[in-house]
Amino acid sequence: MMQELLLQNLPALLLAVPMLGAFVTPLIGRASGGARNLWAVAVMLATLAVAVLLTAQVLSSGTVVYTFGAAAPDLTVPADSGGIPIRIIFAVDAMGAFMALAASLVGLGVMLYSLASATRSTGQNGYYALLLLLVVGILGMVCTGDMFNFFVFLEINSLAGAALVASRVDKGVAVEAGLKYAVLSTLGGLLVLFAIALLYGQYGALNIAVIASRMLFTPLDQIALVMLLVALAMKAGAVPMHFWTPDAYSMAPSSITALLVVASQASLYGVFRVVFTLYGLTLDYATIGWIIIILGVLSMFVGVTMAIPQKDVKRLMAYHAVSQTGYMLLGVGVGLAVLGNQQLLDTYGVIAMEGGIFHIINHAMYKGLLFLTAGAIFYRTGTRNLNQLGGLGHSMKWTMVFFIIGALAIAGIPPFNGFASKLMIYESVFLFNPLLAIIAMVVSILTLASFVKVFHSIFMGPRLPEYADVREVPAPMIIGMALLSLLVILFGVFPQEVVDLLITPAAGALIDQGGYIASVLGGA
Amino acid sequence: MFFNLPFIVAALLVILGITTMLIKRNLIKMIMGLALVEAGVNLLLVSIGYRAGGIAPIFTSAPDGVMVMPTVQAMTLTNIVIGIATTALLLSFVMVIYRMYGTANAEKVRKLRG
Repeated sequence: MMQELLLQNLPALLLAVPMLGAFVTPLIGRASGGARNLWAVAVMLATLAVAVLLTAQVLSSGTVVYTFGAAAPDLTVPADSGGIPIRIIFAVDAMGAFMALAASLVGLGVMLYSLASATRSTGQNGYYALLLLLVVGILGMVCTGDMFNFFVFLEINSLAGAALVASRVDKGVAVEAGLKYAVLSTLGGLLVLFAIALLYGQYGALNIAVIASRMLFTPLDQIALVMLLVALAMKAGAVPMHFWTPDAYSMAPSSITALLVVASQASLYGVFRVVFTLYGLTLDYATIGWIIIILGVLSMFVGVTMAIPQKDVKRLMAYHAVSQTGYMLLGVGVGLAVLGNQQLLDTYGVIAMEGGIFHIINHAMYKGLLFLTAGAIFYRTGTRNLNQLGGLGHSMKWTMVFFIIGALAIAGIPPFNGFASKLMIYESVFLFNPLLAIIAMVVSILTLASFVKVFHSIFMGPRLPEYADVREVPAPMIIGMALLSLLVILFGVFPQEVVDLLITPAAGALIDQGGYIASVLGGA
Repeated sequence: MFFNLPFIVAALLVILGITTMLIKRNLIKMIMGLALVEAGVNLLLVSIGYRAGGIAPIFTSAPDGVMVMPTVQAMTLTNIVIGIATTALLLSFVMVIYRMYGTANAEKVRKLRG
């Protein structure tokens, strides 16, 4: 009975658990810091457990629909409403479940890492509460089936993220980065709301499935599409709206940066959801596909060229994050460009999309790992400047190993996970347009070059006198990094299993607009 | 012809707000611009929800007539609440910046570069 109740309400629990956890955290923190840390980790573990259960449910029985406030969770359309779903509905398909799983995995790694890395700062009650709220925002964005609900979670995501970026005031510089992030996110959020208002004005609905089933692609819809794409691509950190990423990523505490990467990817998920599910075949998919491809190629190239001359290790990694986002846009953009042509879709379109989606989770793992190693170095040495660092390989062996794993994964070297997804992107994009594949490979090589330089200047060379007493970081930080490294290696060694289990259903769910609509509106 | 007026004003408010954010150098004035954008979006939402001759969906002793579904009104209220939280957070950021830098001029608040 209890178990059945639990399994029926998984989508609600996925948000309720971390949200309750977030608001209780400061209360417990007033009594004892240790109990609060234990509580925060327990909440994150519970969230991960719910995400795993939910993913299993989605993979075994298809899209899970959850109607808030209805007599039964699957009563999406009330009997007396004239066929309109009035209530807020969560529609978790394979893509959403996949994102939720990725977010909670990184969340757990970040939480464990924070146990040690946050000990020196004040205001830890607020830190853990905001961290859990940021997770709530991400999970809500990827699970909801309602446009306005999406906006609300986007705002939760932005506010919690901005507050965390600014949390380590750092003579005001971190607050400056937080202000920049908050202003841009809010403006983006308002653009999204404007677009939602345009859609509601025409179709009288907020539910994604209902709007999609009524979509006519009028000029107003085109304006709404542009607003949604601009706002979400900005939040995802794609060129030419990437300028906030290096500031926010480098000034936030490293643990938070790892989670901000996932928060950006939730916006990327928003882009994909809008073009595939909300608009689908009604839009001019070849043009929009090419726009996304061009955004992707620009992000890849500009990101990596800006990264090479950076002196600040986290700023450098932030530009690489922009560059890697380009791969995801490229892969999924190619899939979108051939959406109407079933034959091309079967030949390479689906594989390109799978590569792009696989890259999302891989990126979350290895980029999270890299930011955590940068945080570990900062934790012990107090500097992020590459010119001042050196010789740390003697004293921080574990961190060095984790850094090597992350760096090889981001450069796409086998047997790490970055190679698996990049290979899928290269192969399929080459069939679409050889030039794009070549650019992608060149960017990969530049990435490798850049990380070899970073590795050399941080870890190699003789032991420097100013870092003579530097020791390895505390155990919780190592465990957090080890968790992510393990996933990086596992995903790299068994890519086919991961693709079959998670990625193919996710790509299929994005393409199958009719299935999404039918799961909410009941086959209508 | 006045039917479209609220929509035009809403669009004007958004454009005015974005222009303010772009040309003003004082951080507080930039945030005021953001608040203008928000007001424009709110006005757009409520004007979409307006139905001539409709009555509010309050069932107690309601007059005869078509009731209006209050979705957009609820959305507007939510957005106002979110707007308050955002503005408060942004203004507190500016307070900290002013305390640390001694200025709220966007030209001088530029320690992050590159």
